[in-house]
Amino acid sequence: MQIGRVIGDVVATRKDGRFDGIALLMVQPLGAEGEAVGRPLIAVDSVGAGVGEHVFFVRGKEASFPFHPVEVPADAGIVGIVDHWTTQSGQRPAKAAR
Amino acid sequence: MLLARIVGTVVATRKDPRLVSNKLLLARPVDPRGKAEGNYLIAIDTVDAGVGETVLIVSGSSARMASGLKDCPVDAAVVGIIDQVDVSE
Repeated sequence: MQIGRVIGDVVATRKDGRFDGIALLMVQPLGAEGEAVGRPLIAVDSVGAGVGEHVFFVRGKEASFPFHPVEVPADAGIVGIVDHWTTQSGQRPAKAAR
Repeated sequence: MLLARIVGTVVATRKDPRLVSNKLLLARPVDPRGKAEGNYLIAIDTVDAGVGETVLIVSGSSARMASGLKDCPVDAAVVGIIDQVDVSE
């Protein structure tokens, strides 16, 4: 799993029917210090995350597991909202930013 | 999943029989603002997407969960046509 931040949402009217009712969110993966790492990706949301929140997400087939028994054709899924995380350099995100 | 723009179609007569009657699309990933980036890829179309459209592509083994692709040798499938992307930052 990886930490990321929700930076936007995606609207698609014509899509696989198994996506109906599931939010598609644009997620920017983050490094340990909260810096952007790599390209943003689109993830299905199973926890009610919103734009601006820090989340953790899974990649691969496991992204569809929260919607079992529906086999949602997703390869990335948000499975938790991060309150904060701590590294040697302190707590992230910085308290002022929260 | 990733955002990509469809830039063409691919035709192959000789191919794995499980790919017969699937449409192959040539796609280029784009960033949330629509700027092309990265390498082109070939994806199976499951939503009747066309050239010029921005689409949602699922990759890896999850692509086989797209409709009609069970047990097909694919690693990318178009599963949605994007209307709009809202990026707030």
